[in-house]
Amino acid sequence: MQTFLEFEKPIAELEGKIEELRHLTDTGDINIAEEVSKLQAKVDRLLRQTYAKLAPAQKVQVARHPNRPHCMDYIEGLVEDFTPLAGDRGFAEDHAIIGGIGRFRGRSAMIIGQEKGHDTESRVRHNFGMAKPEGYRKAIRLMELAERFKLPVITLVDTAGAYPGVGAEERGQAEAIARSIDTCLKLRVPLVATVIGEGGSGGAIALAAADRVLMLEHAIYSVISPEGCASILWRTNTAAAEAAAALRLTAQDLKDLGVIDRVVAEPIGGAHRDRSEIMTAVGNAIEDSFDELRGLDGGALRMKRRDKFLEMGQKGLS
Amino acid sequence: MNWLTNFVRPKIRALYTKKDVPDNLWHKCPNCEAMIFHRDLEENLHVCQHCGFHMRLDADKRLKMLFDDDDFQVIELPKAPIDPLRFRDQKRYTDRLKEAQAKTGKSDAIRVAHGKMGGIGTVIAAFDFGFMGGSMGIAVGEGLLAAARLAVLQEAPLVVVPSSGGARMQEGILSLMQMPRSTIAVQMVKEAGLPYIVVLTDPTTGGVTASFAMLGDLHIAEKGAQIGFAGARVIEDTIRETLPEGFQRSEYLMEHGMVDMVVHRKDLRETLIRVLDLLSRPGPSAEIVTLPKQEPEAVVAPTEAESIEDLTAEPTVAVTSDTPGAQPHSGETLEPATPGDRPER
Ligand SMILES: [Zn+2]
Repeated sequence: MQTFLEFEKPIAELEGKIEELRHLTDTGDINIAEEVSKLQAKVDRLLRQTYAKLAPAQKVQVARHPNRPHCMDYIEGLVEDFTPLAGDRGFAEDHAIIGGIGRFRGRSAMIIGQEKGHDTESRVRHNFGMAKPEGYRKAIRLMELAERFKLPVITLVDTAGAYPGVGAEERGQAEAIARSIDTCLKLRVPLVATVIGEGGSGGAIALAAADRVLMLEHAIYSVISPEGCASILWRTNTAAAEAAAALRLTAQDLKDLGVIDRVVAEPIGGAHRDRSEIMTAVGNAIEDSFDELRGLDGGALRMKRRDKFLEMGQKGLS
Repeated sequence: MNWLTNFVRPKIRALYTKKDVPDNLWHKCPNCEAMIFHRDLEENLHVCQHCGFHMRLDADKRLKMLFDDDDFQVIELPKAPIDPLRFRDQKRYTDRLKEAQAKTGKSDAIRVAHGKMGGIGTVIAAFDFGFMGGSMGIAVGEGLLAAARLAVLQEAPLVVVPSSGGARMQEGILSLMQMPRSTIAVQMVKEAGLPYIVVLTDPTTGGVTASFAMLGDLHIAEKGAQIGFAGARVIEDTIRETLPEGFQRSEYLMEHGMVDMVVHRKDLRETLIRVLDLLSRPGPSAEIVTLPKQEPEAVVAPTEAESIEDLTAEPTVAVTSDTPGAQPHSGETLEPATPGDRPER
């Protein structure tokens, strides 16, 4: 079932009309096929126009769209022989973070990412993509495993943030995130991170201190959710749209700021409207990144990765 | 709250809270609300003498308190780009910055200095919570990197004293990027083989905790400090339960294995000097003496029920190791310990 966002109302209406017309086949009077294709062209045009100038707050909605492909969709679409690996070896398996080995475009790789789930049951199972310390500790373990076997690491970032709970605090949520960042930065194998949906604060950077950080055209990446920012700085949740704009959380702004390396174009109307197209685009971008990093040894990778982060923030938005 | 504070407070109030007493001579303890004379406050390093509450210290007081003889050099920090996002909420970020600068006389929330601690050359980076909640933006990240570079250059240990609510929202994603950047600072110090010690003070939360502040070789927490990742209110809203007693306080963190020790502020300097000395001056004995074996090999591994203390308290097995110098680690005499005294067999 297609979910429409509020700003997509005109598009939803047109698509509804198309649906109706399709059911009218064989009544004979009007040329239905022609009418449908006319309406479809209109939908495409409207989608293109709408998505070409999404406001930051609208991007937030698209990034969180329930139909948007999630981590496991990308793994299914891009990785052969995916073999999930579980557990942090200390406390638990955290289903919010999926990790495992598989073959990406012919080469073995380690894939790690947050999974939000796609229906009530799976969302609960994956804790809505909000990882606990054991999730980050699993990620650390898997990154180190990858290093041991010289496998490149692919991370797929999609989280509202690390889980805020009593147990998570007691088990050292902060320490786990800090160590995960530390591990990313020390890694002697290529690490390519892709923000596929929501890049929520510390929970996101824990997997994204990477050689290359890619970001989908309508994904967001921010130090705090616009809602959280609004309630602190504006003292009201209703200012979330203003906060979204002020935070500069869009892929386009982050590219200008030098925080991400590449924006991956999405199909017209967003990643959720054409899964196979977005799979190919993301796969190509990740492969390009690995190609760029090929030939660098562990030490060079590490040094260049560090330099990249050290240079960050030296230029603002013009 | 204890009987003393209940007892003392009304009296002090009656005596001193007259209007003609200048405000700044008396401070109210935020915990027990007792009035404290400013000189007592200074003398007690801003710890309430009635209830032991540790008040926040600004960076200058912190540096003064830690270095030998108040003798230290504050280093000039690299200029960071100002307001890279041109951020504006109900106020402009540049205005908030100017206000904070006017209020504190500092350019940002971190101060870096070098001097000696117990004679050991040390670099200290201390946060000013009074400057926008000690939040970490580019300037703070640069400050930590400068501190790390200085420590490496001087081959000195680095002590960082955070007091921060976390990332500086007004710098958006660039404040988030200070998490990896400050982590790199830590890596530089560790790779140079130098001690990196974090003194967690009230409060240390958010992105600051989730980066350099939890990567110390040692974590020393001041008594009663709030230390955590997520804010208490956020957690309450998420789990819809009240939080356990002492949640996210130093003592609680120590119980959960996140800090090495919790110290009273009056013991902080001495503790730091001791650990810095132990870590950075191993002394001549370390080079010639092979460490005595911790446990004789004949000893059966303790079961879960037994603790190491049980073993050391009652050595029931004689030392059979033939390592010269191996000694039983309790006071009991088992066998002549030195090789010379060893009877020939
Ligand atoms: Zn008090």
